[in-house]
Amino acid sequence: MGKVVVVTSGKGGVGKTTSTAALGAAVAKTGKKVALVDFDVGLRNLDLIMGAERRVVFDLVNVIQGTAKLSQALIRDKRVDTLFLLPASQTRDKDALTEDGVGEVIDKLRSVFDYVFCDSPAGIERGAQLAMRFADEAVIVTNPEVSSVRDSDRIIGLLDARTMRAEQGEQIAKHVLVTRYDAARAARGEMLSIDDVLEILSVPLLGIIPESQDVLRASNLGSPVTLSEPLNNAAKAYLEAARRLEGEDLPVVVPFERKGFLDRLLGRRAA
Amino acid sequence: MSILDLFKRRTSAPVARERLQVLLAYERRSRGQPDLVSILREEIMAVIAKHVQIDQDYLQVSMDRGETMSTLEIDIQIPNKSAVPLAMAG
Repeated sequence: MGKVVVVTSGKGGVGKTTSTAALGAAVAKTGKKVALVDFDVGLRNLDLIMGAERRVVFDLVNVIQGTAKLSQALIRDKRVDTLFLLPASQTRDKDALTEDGVGEVIDKLRSVFDYVFCDSPAGIERGAQLAMRFADEAVIVTNPEVSSVRDSDRIIGLLDARTMRAEQGEQIAKHVLVTRYDAARAARGEMLSIDDVLEILSVPLLGIIPESQDVLRASNLGSPVTLSEPLNNAAKAYLEAARRLEGEDLPVVVPFERKGFLDRLLGRRAA
Repeated sequence: MSILDLFKRRTSAPVARERLQVLLAYERRSRGQPDLVSILREEIMAVIAKHVQIDQDYLQVSMDRGETMSTLEIDIQIPNKSAVPLAMAG
C-alpha cells in the first residue's frame, strides 16, 4: 500500500505546486512509483510546472464521473518513467469533486503507487479539504512571513480535525517545508527565522528551500527543479527533503549568509 | 527622521513573531467553537425584541481582543418612533 501525502498551505502562492513537482520527481528518481494528483480544479497548474500541459486528455473529474479510466487519465513523465501525473480539470469547478469519488481514485492509486502526492488548492474550503481528506502525511508549505504562518496554523488545525485519519483517531504525520527562505534577510532580522516558524507551528521541519531564481527558471521550462538542475541549492534542498519524507534521518542545515562588509561596518546583528 | 535613523536598524522579525504568538494562541482556543460574537448578537437581539422593536442594523456587537483582557462593545440604537408603540402596548 502506497503512502498518500498532501501538499498544502492555506495561503496561495507559497509554492505548493512547485514543491509537489520537485518532491514527487525527487522520490520518483529513486525508482519509487509516484503519482502527482492536481486537486486545483478550475485552476490547474501542475501540468504546466511538469511540462505536460499539451499531453492532457482526461482529468481527475473525468475519472470520478466515469467518463475516463484512471489509466487513461494518468500521464507518464517523459524524463522519469516511474513518475505519473493526474491533472485537474480546467473547465469544471471544485463542486465536480465528490468525497466518495475522490476516495475511490485515491484507493486505486494507493494500490498501484508507492507515493501519491496530492497538490492542494489554496484556501480552506472544499477543494483543500478533499485534497487532505485521505492523506497519511501532510507537507505544509510555509513562507517565513506572518500571513503564511498564520494560514499554515489554520491548515494544521484542519489536518487534525477533518482528515479521515483524524476522524478515526489516528495521527496524520505533518511536516513543515519552509520555502522562499532568504538567508540574508533572516540574518538581518527582517524575516521570521526557522526557529520562529517551528516554535510557532510546533511541527517538525522537512526542509528549507532557499529563495532561488533557478526555481523560476525550472517552472519556465516546465521541469521540476530536482530534474532539470539537481545540483543547484534549491534542488539539493528538495532532494534532501524528499529523503527525509522517505524516513531518512538527515539533519537540516539552515542556509547561512556571510555578513557583508557593510553589515559589519554598521554593526548589524543577526537576530 | 534623522540621519542617524538611517543607520539604526530595527529588526522586524521579533515583532512578527510576537504578534503571531498572541494571535495564534487566541485562534487555537476559539477553533471549533461557534462564533461568540454572532451568538451574543443573536441573543441580545432576542432579549431586546421582547420589549422594543428594532432593526438588526441598530445593534452593533464587537469584540476587541487583548493579551490579558478583551472588551465587548455593544451598541444599541433605539429609534424613538419604534419604541413608543410597543411601550404603550406593554
